[in-house]
Amino acid sequence: MIDQKIVDPQHLFFEADREKRFITGSEAVKEAIKRANVDMAISYPITPQSESMHLVGDLFAEGYLKEYFRGENEFAVMSEVTGAAMAGVRVFTATGGPGTLRAFEMFPTWVGARLPIVCAFLTRGVNSPLTIQPDTIEMAFMLDTGMLMLHAEDAQDLYDMLLKAFIIAEQTDVHIPIGVYADGFFVTHTRETIEVAPEDDKLPGYNPYSSPVPVMDMVNAPVRQMRDPFVMKSNFISYATHASWQQEVLAAGERARKHIDYYLNGLLEVENEKADILIMTSGTAVSQSREAIALAREEGINVGLVKLKSIRPFPTEEIKALTENTKAIIVPEFNRVGWLAREIKSVVKDSDKVMGGPRVFGGMTMPVELILDEIRRCVS
Amino acid sequence: MNKGLVKISPCFEDVMPQEYKELVEKGSYGQDYGVADLGSFKELIEEHPLCAGCGLALSMRLILASLPNPESTIIVGSTGCSALAFSQVALHNIHSLFGNQNAVATGLKRALKLRFPDEIKDVVVIAGDGATADIGLDMVMQSWFRRENITTIMLDNEAYANTGGQESGMTAEKAVLNMAPKGKNFPKVNLADVAQVAGCAYVATCNPAKSRVLEKAVKRAILAAREIGPTYVQIYAPCPTNYKLKPDEVLATVKNREKEGTYPTGEFISAKAQELFESLEGGSK
Repeated sequence: MIDQKIVDPQHLFFEADREKRFITGSEAVKEAIKRANVDMAISYPITPQSESMHLVGDLFAEGYLKEYFRGENEFAVMSEVTGAAMAGVRVFTATGGPGTLRAFEMFPTWVGARLPIVCAFLTRGVNSPLTIQPDTIEMAFMLDTGMLMLHAEDAQDLYDMLLKAFIIAEQTDVHIPIGVYADGFFVTHTRETIEVAPEDDKLPGYNPYSSPVPVMDMVNAPVRQMRDPFVMKSNFISYATHASWQQEVLAAGERARKHIDYYLNGLLEVENEKADILIMTSGTAVSQSREAIALAREEGINVGLVKLKSIRPFPTEEIKALTENTKAIIVPEFNRVGWLAREIKSVVKDSDKVMGGPRVFGGMTMPVELILDEIRRCVS
Repeated sequence: MNKGLVKISPCFEDVMPQEYKELVEKGSYGQDYGVADLGSFKELIEEHPLCAGCGLALSMRLILASLPNPESTIIVGSTGCSALAFSQVALHNIHSLFGNQNAVATGLKRALKLRFPDEIKDVVVIAGDGATADIGLDMVMQSWFRRENITTIMLDNEAYANTGGQESGMTAEKAVLNMAPKGKNFPKVNLADVAQVAGCAYVATCNPAKSRVLEKAVKRAILAAREIGPTYVQIYAPCPTNYKLKPDEVLATVKNREKEGTYPTGEFISAKAQELFESLEGGSK
């Protein structure tokens, strides 16, 4: 194993000197995992995430990880990750698009089993019809799995969010999985300058006994323990146990708010919040929106920007407070269904002022002009 | 396992349930019990809810009594009748989803090797025929291809019993069950042969009517999985409820099937496993 210095998360995230690197999003995943003190990673190929997991494989070969292998399909990989997490090690995997849907049954299972797995979702379209292009539609499906969801705008976010996700997920009062999402191709396959902590620093290892539920190692009590048996009897006590467990899982997600707030410096970021028109979005749509806002400013139109970093938990109260006096909210998205607009409409007081769109999908880029047109429409 | 784990704190002695006290005082952790000792020690399974005469229930009792190191054994199960009983088993056991048991076991075993490199941690998959030969077959076989150090035990009741008696791949040809209303139209899957060519170091088919044979198969499978690679044990464990057998006809059915050759029993021992068994069993087969 490569000898690295264990440093406090606080130091790694906020205090350590940072070096500049001109790298791709996939390489940013590698840089994060290199410092994350991950015990085991399990991979399965799918474009656009394969390169990330190749690079994590390189880390294994170099001695940064103790175990790494290719599983047989995404459902199996997510199951293998489950076994590893139940045995008490820190695990990492990544998937995207059709892989996410293939594995889908496992995601609520992770949550119910209170496993602090971190999974990168490097998003792409799903086959309706066949596509391998950029799209964030899989996030719509993931909204109600109970997993926490962070959405990176760029490679810098991806690096930071992945590292911080381990620490947030492993808090005893949270201890549920986190998906870190980045828009495939736009983030994974492009290069930008990002800042990373020194590579001989790494996070403290995972303490399996910080888990609020027993680790399956025959070392900790209780021994008469089945993961997770609640529905196995047909009686009221069984139903009530299952129901209260689900409520506790929801509560764990709520308790993550304070940790996300601290480590990510808020569930959202705002620029120019008093503007009559706000663009509110997540992922690379934020970057496109910045460009559109600059162009609008040249035309004398004042537009604010809200970047949503945490999708689950959703920054409900923050958005309510921000949008009290806003005249119009524009929600550009990289998917057909407009899941983010739906989420925002569900919390804004007067949902008519939420303009769902512009939307591009099927692999298209988001021309800044499309967003600008929407801004102009709001003004007129 | 640290024996202190199950020890009762003195201030709780009067409130702990009797069955737990018995587990501590007369349980099989750290003991060298086998099926011949059944009745003299506290079994790992307690008050299971399976049907009267259930072949699974008897097989599970025998498997649990045959574990070479119960104190260091983690079971991975799957959806099915056996899952109803596993919440009553005094070992760490996992019920994840239907069919993913060998994938979960893979991650579990590899992670336990990392955490306890110098200790024995036996990971044993115990699942039904539907979970093993149908919905989970790809993950079962892939774990064999990868030569994972896990034991796979199939409780074969030749049907999906928990969901009301549907045909499975392990159902005999022509049997009429739900979802095979005109009779099953393809032969019983020969998973024992598949296991052999897929890389299992040891394969056995057995039944609970011959408890000593079953015990030997389970012990050998776990020891070989520990030292060599994947192993597979297939246990014929009929379902009286869905096959309309009286509880006291189950063992007779098992014996009869073996006798008429429709459920043969036997072993495949790889050269490496043979060598291992000879060293462990002092040359006796």
